[in-house]
Amino acid sequence: MWRQVLALLIKELLTVLSDRKSRVVLIGPPLIQLMVFGYAATFDLNKVPIAIYNQDRSAASRDLVAHFTGSPTFNVVANLKSEKPIDDLIDSREVRMVLVIDPRFTRNLLSGHPAPVQMIVDGRNSNTALLIQGYANNILNDYALAWNARKGAPPPPAVLDMRARFNPTLDSHWFIVPGIIALLTQLVTLLIVGMSVARERETGTFDQLLVTPLRQFDILLGKGLPSLLIGGIEATVIIAATVWWFDIPLRGELLALYFGLLLFVVSVTGIGLMISSLAVTQQQALLGAFLFMVPSVILSGFATPIANMSEWVQYLTFINPMRYFLIIVRKVFLEGADFSALTAQYWPMAVIGLVTLITAAWLFRKRLS
Amino acid sequence: MKGAALRRFTGLLRKEFLQILRDPSALAIAFVLPAVLLLIIGQGVSLDARGVPVALVVQHPDALTASFTGHFEQSPYFRPLRYRDIQSAEAAMAAGKVQAIVWLPSDFSRRARANGNSPIGVIVNGVDANDARLIEGYVQQVWSTWLAAQARLQGKRSPLPLDVAARVRFNPGVSSRDYLVPGLIALIMTLTGALLTALVMAREWERGTLEALMVTRVKMREILLAKLVPYFLLGMGGMAASVAIAVFLFGIPMRGSLLVLTGTSALFMLAALGMGLLISSFARNQFVAGQIAIITTFLPAFILSGFVFDIDSMPQVVQFITHIVAARYFVAILQTLFLAGDVWSVILPNALALAIMAVIFLAAARAITHKRLD
Repeated sequence: MWRQVLALLIKELLTVLSDRKSRVVLIGPPLIQLMVFGYAATFDLNKVPIAIYNQDRSAASRDLVAHFTGSPTFNVVANLKSEKPIDDLIDSREVRMVLVIDPRFTRNLLSGHPAPVQMIVDGRNSNTALLIQGYANNILNDYALAWNARKGAPPPPAVLDMRARFNPTLDSHWFIVPGIIALLTQLVTLLIVGMSVARERETGTFDQLLVTPLRQFDILLGKGLPSLLIGGIEATVIIAATVWWFDIPLRGELLALYFGLLLFVVSVTGIGLMISSLAVTQQQALLGAFLFMVPSVILSGFATPIANMSEWVQYLTFINPMRYFLIIVRKVFLEGADFSALTAQYWPMAVIGLVTLITAAWLFRKRLS
Repeated sequence: MKGAALRRFTGLLRKEFLQILRDPSALAIAFVLPAVLLLIIGQGVSLDARGVPVALVVQHPDALTASFTGHFEQSPYFRPLRYRDIQSAEAAMAAGKVQAIVWLPSDFSRRARANGNSPIGVIVNGVDANDARLIEGYVQQVWSTWLAAQARLQGKRSPLPLDVAARVRFNPGVSSRDYLVPGLIALIMTLTGALLTALVMAREWERGTLEALMVTRVKMREILLAKLVPYFLLGMGGMAASVAIAVFLFGIPMRGSLLVLTGTSALFMLAALGMGLLISSFARNQFVAGQIAIITTFLPAFILSGFVFDIDSMPQVVQFITHIVAARYFVAILQTLFLAGDVWSVILPNALALAIMAVIFLAAARAITHKRLD
């Protein structure tokens, strides 16, 4: 019996890998995407174009402007002479923020009244808008505290001493790049199994497979193992690149990561095979693959936190294997987690894998009539 | 002759429409896919942290610490939980129960009264760096309003000499949904457009029906055009449905004109369908066409379009690469149309780019189908 399964496995691997276009698609793009996405996916601000409208023009306000020119976060592209161009500059996205320094700035500072400063921010990307305000506030606070110290004004009763655990410089690549491991592994797995049964259904070879002595379980093995093999190998390459190319610290147990990877690929394979066996045509299978893949990625916590989602969507994410695997990847990489810390993530994936694989095997024959 | 060509074309069109009606999956792609994705994901994507669980550790509670923690309790951004010591708070953070720790050491009040600059320990979980940064910003807000309130209470001037006001244009509530949903529409329409056409030519190649068509007097141009027209109409229908959901269900403002929206959507739809046709004509078999569609549409449109990740923050090389992603231009157009209005300096260059991409994709699809014909 194992010989038969092996024969089927070889046949499946051949169908995936013998077509030159299909081979190229499976190997090239995921690795290219790793490199591009690894650099593209960032929430860190870098040289944000801003303009400054300084109506005060004294030493104190010029010093404040210098704080902004010297910051690596901002790139001062224009010094305005009037407020007229402000709206246009922001509307056309030439600058993301305009800092307006009031004419009373120095006078108020010297007389001990609060000196007015205004930030006008482009809110089309609200996240960037919030981050810009955060960075600008930091600069303004530093300036304010330095001014106080210079003038011998009493210091504030308390100051913040902020630290970040697990990612001290708050580099968002540390968060995103491990997530890409999950993203691309799921992609490769779905590419292999998402349309495989549907293709054989459409060409009629699946019926031939069903009349061989192979049991449903054997067919399931033959259909599922290629994705496990190829998905596992590609994931390994991506993990290696994460550690050695992107320099993301790997602090936990590699074995704990791989156990999660195994369960993740099995559960995605189950879902892919289920979609593929439900579909009558390849177009339907492709539609099904997208209907699963898109929400599973966007609602996984990859880019936007699950805690921010509305409650019923949060419940929906419990059937999403990627949700669990993302937690595993990040906990192992950044928090140094081991096996015991991850059991809460392992078992749901095991359940999802089991249920979907059994359903897929059941659907193999069910659709024959 | 003219009449014969027209009759041929309407015949082809009729065939395509019949095929669409026979296999409902095309209708599902045009209407069910956008509606389902937009409804679920629109509820899901948000970068706004609200009610962040934060551990408060106060080692010597007194009036001063109470006034500080009171500001946390009033803030909509935080859900404060009390912990007795820093060790148990750290354990709670490791277990994922709190996202941040705010720690007032035992000598906090004494130092605050004596020399000032008494340190408040703030530890955030930095795994989600973006979330961590937003949380730090919110902590800073709480701190500065507390300082101002303390100063007022003692009849003194605020210890911070600046009066900072922020005005956020287009999205005064800085709600991330308002910017994510327009981007989501661009993302979903990329998928719809490519999915509608990615398999159609490949299917005809695979089944040999294309060769059957080739022996008739029908021209390749006409075959492609007949494929384009019905799917274009379907795609635009899906687009209209998506915009309706965004405006009426999610309450996203629509400040641009419908005319500009329709025009730019049409350009984008042509580019997306053209890309699908190109994939389809290139792959010649449905399986590979499907694989290419999965790889080239979703993730690039998700990550490289400016939908979540700001293109301006990417390294130069990557910014350059984003120019080959059609969704990039449509995301910029939709974000501006929804939130800002008809800003021509944004719309014109992006619409031009979409038009160029549409022409390139359609011409390329036409070119490679022709070459294989002889």
